[in-house]
Amino acid sequence: MERHRHLDYDLDNMRNRVLLLGGKTETALARAMFALVERDTAAAEEVLRDDDQIDQLELEIDRLCIDVLALRQPAARDLRFVVSVAKVTPILERIADHACNIARAAIDLNDEPQLKFFAELPRMAALASAMLRAALDAFTTGNAAEARSVIDGDDEIDALYEHMFQTLIALMSSDPTTTGRGARLLLIAKHLERVGDYVTDICELTVYMAEAAFIKHSN
Amino acid sequence: MIAPRAAAPPPEQQQQQQATAQAKVSVRELNFFYGTAQALFNISLDISERLVMAFIGPSGCGKSTFLRTLNRMNDTIPGTRATGEVLIDGEDIYAPGLNVVNLRRRVGMVFQKSNPFPKSIFDNVAYGLRINRLTTNKTELQDRVRQALEDAAIWSEVKDRLKASALGLSGGQQQRLCIARALAVRPEVLLMDEPASALDPIATQKIEELIVELKKQYTIVIVTHNMQQAARVSDVTAFFWLGKLIEVNATEKMFTNPNEKLTEDYITGRFG
Repeated sequence: MERHRHLDYDLDNMRNRVLLLGGKTETALARAMFALVERDTAAAEEVLRDDDQIDQLELEIDRLCIDVLALRQPAARDLRFVVSVAKVTPILERIADHACNIARAAIDLNDEPQLKFFAELPRMAALASAMLRAALDAFTTGNAAEARSVIDGDDEIDALYEHMFQTLIALMSSDPTTTGRGARLLLIAKHLERVGDYVTDICELTVYMAEAAFIKHSN
Repeated sequence: MIAPRAAAPPPEQQQQQQATAQAKVSVRELNFFYGTAQALFNISLDISERLVMAFIGPSGCGKSTFLRTLNRMNDTIPGTRATGEVLIDGEDIYAPGLNVVNLRRRVGMVFQKSNPFPKSIFDNVAYGLRINRLTTNKTELQDRVRQALEDAAIWSEVKDRLKASALGLSGGQQQRLCIARALAVRPEVLLMDEPASALDPIATQKIEELIVELKKQYTIVIVTHNMQQAARVSDVTAFFWLGKLIEVNATEKMFTNPNEKLTEDYITGRFG
């Protein structure tokens, strides 16, 4: 069936582009954290420079979604896939924006003496990256069970953020000279915490895509 | 061949779960034969009052045959036979002695190809009223013709040329005239067999808008090959395959997450 082949080609293409976008987003997050932890300003600038590719990829996937909806009129699981791709793509782009914000903070922090090494930050980043990778795997394979299990990981990121928040507030209160750097570190922690939330959104969309079940706001 | 998912409830149960309106038509274990060839197999479903139900499925799946069982249109084909029950308001339309002419007044039909009589626009709509002697009063006849043309959303286009031949109308206008002709005798159920398949997109849109408007007063059943049309106009969709009712479900459910894999394969174009 001709329509079947064209549609499958388009859906495969969309899946591949989302995987590519996800990979670039993962890389941006990992490079931004590397720039922070290793105090490598060049790596941070690389993240900012590469963000344009991510933005262009987002636009390309947007166009693919619109074209498939207009020209192929997908239904049922195909429709759920296209709608989910259309919603996952800006989430990935926003995660990349958070990576850029972390990179900008790293550039500023690298100009100043290190306040203190906070193990929570790389731990949060490692968790967020692992969640993102697993979420993208689940999304591209339509594995709802895997997506559900990824969501649970967000609690640990939230807990680490809460701990960072308390620690940095206490530090800035006791020593006002740390406020500038402390605030930047707090923002970095917040960015990572938001990445965890966005990954959760991707997983919720994966469950919708696979099972047509809305688990968002189910609490 | 892909078998339906075993875990899904049977079609009649699925419909009972989603149907909220009262059933106007209830079909129970209907089988239909063209001579020795069985065309419909054990069909059971309810058609709710003042809703639009769409029948979809590949060519030859039995959806048009099933539609025609609802007003015994198949009786006109020699050698056909039906078993089971078709109840309209609880009355079995296959019961011996049932007045078939009266049945077809209650259950009107619009066909794929518009078929106006070679008469004036007015006489086309008045035809059913006259032969059924539903009115002998000239003023009432005019009023009912006008009402039918208004209900079919064609009055403003023909009000100044009611004496003109219906054959001079465009394809889309002829189809709406045929709908007006069906509505003039005030049916309770309107059967539509691919009513827009021969029309351009603008005429199709008018027919679809009309269907949505008409369901306020009538129970409508439409056969369509156009799945987007089924999605646009119907409240409930039934999928037929090889003479069997595979799934009946709320239309939004049918087109986003059907229960049966066979249904999903059909509406996503992965059939066969």
